[in-house]
Amino acid sequence: MRSANPWKASVAAGILLLAVACGSGGGDGGGAGAAPQKSVGKGEGRVDIIAWAGYAEDGSNDPKADWVHPFEKQTGCKVNTKIAGTSDEMVSLMKTGQYDTVSASGDATLRLIAAKDVAPINTRLVPNYRDVFAGLKMRPFNSKDGQMYGIPHGRGANLLMYRTDKVSPAPDSWQAVFDGAPKYSGKVTAYDSPIYIADAALYLMRTRPALGIKDPYALDTEQLAAAVSLLKKQRQYIGEYWSDYQKEVTAFKGGDSVIGTTWQVIANTAAAEKAPVKAVLPKEGATGWSDTWMVSAKARHPNCAYQWLDWIISPKVNAQVAEYFGEAPANARACRETADPHHCAVYHADDESYYRRVHFWTTPVPQCLDGRTGVKCTDYADWTRAWTEIKG
Amino acid sequence: MSTTSRERGGRARLAALLAPPLLWLILAYLGSLAVLLLSAFWTTDPFTSDVVRTWTTDNFRSVLTTPVYRTVALRTLGTAVAVTLLDALLALPMAFFMARVARGRLRRALLVAVLTPLWAGYLVKAYAWRVMLGEHGIVNAALAPLGLHGPGYGATAVVIVLAYLWLPYMILPIHAALERLPAHQLEASADLGAGTLRTLRSVVAPAVRPALLAGSVFTFSLSLGDYLTVQIVGGRTQLLGNVIASQVTLDLPLAAALSAVPVALVVCYLAAVRRAGALDSL
Amino acid sequence: MHLSRTARIVLGCITATGLALIYLPLLLVLLNSLNTDRSFAWPPSGLTGEWWGRALHSPGAREALWTSLRAGLGATAIALVLGSLAAFAVHRHRFFGRQTVSFLIVLPIALPGIVTGIALNAAFRTVLEPLGIGFGLFTVVVGHATFCVVIVFNNVAARLRRIAPSLAEASADLGARPWQTLRYVTLPALGPALFAGALLAFALSFDEVVVTTFTAGAGTKTLPIWIYENLARPNQAPVVDVVAALLIALSTVPVYVAQRLSSNTAGGRL
Repeated sequence: MRSANPWKASVAAGILLLAVACGSGGGDGGGAGAAPQKSVGKGEGRVDIIAWAGYAEDGSNDPKADWVHPFEKQTGCKVNTKIAGTSDEMVSLMKTGQYDTVSASGDATLRLIAAKDVAPINTRLVPNYRDVFAGLKMRPFNSKDGQMYGIPHGRGANLLMYRTDKVSPAPDSWQAVFDGAPKYSGKVTAYDSPIYIADAALYLMRTRPALGIKDPYALDTEQLAAAVSLLKKQRQYIGEYWSDYQKEVTAFKGGDSVIGTTWQVIANTAAAEKAPVKAVLPKEGATGWSDTWMVSAKARHPNCAYQWLDWIISPKVNAQVAEYFGEAPANARACRETADPHHCAVYHADDESYYRRVHFWTTPVPQCLDGRTGVKCTDYADWTRAWTEIKG
Repeated sequence: MSTTSRERGGRARLAALLAPPLLWLILAYLGSLAVLLLSAFWTTDPFTSDVVRTWTTDNFRSVLTTPVYRTVALRTLGTAVAVTLLDALLALPMAFFMARVARGRLRRALLVAVLTPLWAGYLVKAYAWRVMLGEHGIVNAALAPLGLHGPGYGATAVVIVLAYLWLPYMILPIHAALERLPAHQLEASADLGAGTLRTLRSVVAPAVRPALLAGSVFTFSLSLGDYLTVQIVGGRTQLLGNVIASQVTLDLPLAAALSAVPVALVVCYLAAVRRAGALDSL
Repeated sequence: MHLSRTARIVLGCITATGLALIYLPLLLVLLNSLNTDRSFAWPPSGLTGEWWGRALHSPGAREALWTSLRAGLGATAIALVLGSLAAFAVHRHRFFGRQTVSFLIVLPIALPGIVTGIALNAAFRTVLEPLGIGFGLFTVVVGHATFCVVIVFNNVAARLRRIAPSLAEASADLGARPWQTLRYVTLPALGPALFAGALLAFALSFDEVVVTTFTAGAGTKTLPIWIYENLARPNQAPVVDVVAALLIALSTVPVYVAQRLSSNTAGGRL
C-alpha cells in the first residue's frame, strides 16, 4: 500500500469482495410452496431451535426447569437452542436455513410464511394439537388459506398495569396512558417496539370511530398517521419505554413507572416482590401475543422438529413452560398439570370470552387484514420507520 | 552484502511481517465493511425482509433527508462529545495523581483498582447504575438532603453511565504518557524558573495531549455506537445505535446506510487526531 | 515540578472520589448478589446466600464461562501474533503507508461495535456460509481477534520504542544472528508488554457483547451473552450478580500479576 489514504485500501478490498458478494445469489426461497410433511419418521438425532428465553430450558439456568433433557432422552434428538431477543431476530435467523423450528410470535409469523421460510404443518402428525384451545386454531397469525403453519404454544394479553398507591381512581381504560397521560407525566411506560402502534390504533378504534379502524393491524396511511400523532403526544409523558422483563419490574417496584402496558407475568412478579401493582384488561380490550412453533422449509431435521412440536405442547411440558415463562398454555389439558392449581385461572387460559377481547399481534401487511380491498395498508417496515420517528 | 540485496532482504522481511496482519485486517475487516457498505445500495422486499440486489441510492437519500435521523445523529454526537469531556475531566487529575504523586505500592494498587472494573461485565454495571439512578435509588437518596433530584432515566443518565463505563480507557493512556515523562525534564523546567502552571502548560500538556486524544478515540467511538446502555438507562431517548439495531434484521440496507454515519464520524475523528500523533500513543 | 501540598491533597481527593464512584456500583452488585429481593430493588429487603449456591451450581454459567475463556484465549492468541508482527514491521521499517497501517489496526476498535458486528455478520453470511461454515465459536474468535490486534500492537510498539537500539546492536556485535538477538534479547525485553497486551486483549474479548451478539451461532454462549439472556429470564437477576461479583474478585489476580511483571512501566496500554 503506497498511499497513506485509508480509503484506497477499503475501496480495493471492496472491489475484491464485490465479486464474492455478487456471486452468491439472492435468497430465492428453496421451499417454495412446499407441501406439509406426510409422516414422521425416525429422528435425525438432532434438532436446532430458535426460541424465546425460557421456552426451551435445559436446567442449566434453573435446575428445576428442564424439559429439554427428558425430550432428548425420549427421542434421541439432541437439542441446540438459540435464544432470540426480538421477533426481527427470529425472522433473520430463520432466513439462514440453519434452524429446524422457531417459537415465532404473531408479529413474525406472516413474514416467515410470506418469505416461504417455513413449511405448512400437518397437524395430524402432532397428536397433542387435538387438545389445543379452539381459540388458537386457524387464526390469521398462524395460518394461511385454511392451512396451519405452526403449532400454538401459549398466549397472553398486553395488560394495563398501575401502582395502586399512585394511580387513582383505578383505571379501566387505555385513556389513562393516552389522553390521561399528563396526569402521570414522566411516569408512563410503553412497550418499546413498532408493534405498540397497534395499542394506539386499538384505542383510536374505540375513541375515534370516524377514522374507521376495524383491525388495529390493518391501518391505511391516514389511520397510521393518527396513531403516530397520538403516540407522539404520549411520548412527552413517557418515563421510559420498556423492552425487557427486568426493566419493567424494577421500574414499577422503584416507582419510576406508575402506569403502562405489561404482561401478566411481570405483574405477578412485581406483586410477589411486594410492589403495590395491579394489572387489568381495559374496557377497550387489549393487544396480545400468541406464539407458534413453526418448522423451517429447509429443516434438516424435520422428524425431530415434529417430535419437538408434539413434546412442547404435551400437557405436562406445556404446563411447565407456561408456569416458568408466565403465560396461558395452549393445551387445554395442561391446566390440570400446573404446579399452581390456579395458574390457568390467573392467566385466563380457558376463558375464551377473555381472549375474544384480545387482538393478537399480527404482522401488518399491504393487503389489509380487515378485508378492505380498495386501499393499501401500511406494512411492518412503515411501522418501524414510524416508531423511530415517534421516539424522536 | 551489497546495499541493494540488503534492501531487498529488508523488503522481504517487511513483507513477511506485514502480510499476516494486513491480510487479516483487509480480508476479515475491511472486506466486511465493504460488504456492509455495498448492501447499503441494495433494497429490501418490504414484507419478507429479504435483501433484493437492485442498485439504488434511496437508503442514503432517506438517511440524509429524514429529519428524525438527523436529530438522532446530532443527539448521538452530542452524547459522545459529552462523555468524552466528562471522562477527560475526571481522568486528567486521577492519572496525574497516580503517575506523579502516588509512590510505590499505592501507585500499583491504584492501577489495579482502575483496571479491575474492566472485568466486571458491561451489562452488570449498566444495570447497577439503573438501580442507583432509579426513583428510590441511592443517587436520589444522596441528593435529597441537598434539596436536589437526580437526573432519572434519560439522556443525562446515558452520559453518566457511558462516562463511567469508558473511564478506564481514558485514564490508562494519560497515565502512561505522564509516567513516561522524565523527571529531569520537569526539574529542568523548574530550575529554569518556570512556575508549576508554566511547567504544566509547556512540559506536561504537550506530552498529555496525544494521550488525551488517544483516550478520546475510545470514549468517543464507543459512545457513538452504544445501544444497550441507552436501552437500560435511556428512558425514552434513542441514539444511532438503537436506530441501526432496530433496522438490522428488518431492513439491512437501511441499517447499512445508517451505519455509514458513525463510520464517517469516526474516520473523520481518527484522521483529525492522527495529525496530533494520537494514534502512536494509544 | 513542585506541587504544593494543597495541590497534592486536592489531586488525592479527586482520585479518591473517582475511585469511590468507580467502586460504588460494583459494591451494589455485590450487595445485590446477597439481596433476597429478585429484581435488583433498592433498598434490599434482606440478605441471603441462596443466589451464591444457585450460581455455583449453574451449569449454564459454567459452560458460558468456559466458552468465554476459549473465545478469549483464541482471540488473544491470534491478536498476539498479528499485533506483534505489525508492531515489528512498523517499528523496524520505514515505508510508505506506515501511517495507514496503524490507522487500519485501530479502526476495528474505533468503529462502533454495532457497525463491526453487522459488517462481520453480513460478510460471514455471504462468504462463509456458502462454504458450509456456520456461525459458532470460530466466528466469535475471528470477530474478537480483529479488534484485539490493536491492543497487542500498541503495547508491543510502545515497548519497542523504549528498548534502546544499542541493545540489539550490542547483541549483533557479539556475533549473535538476528534470530538469536530476537530470541535472547528482544523477546525477553518484550515479555511484560506482551503479557500486559494479552491480558487487556483478553479482558476486552471477555466483556464484549455487541459484536458477539452478531457473530455467535446457536449454542455459542459467551458469558456476557449468558448474562444478557438471563436478565430476560424470570428471577435470574441475582444469580447474574453473583457471577459478576465473582468475576471482579477473580480478575484482581491477573491484573495484579501484570502490574508486578511490568514493574515500573504503566503495565498495560490500550
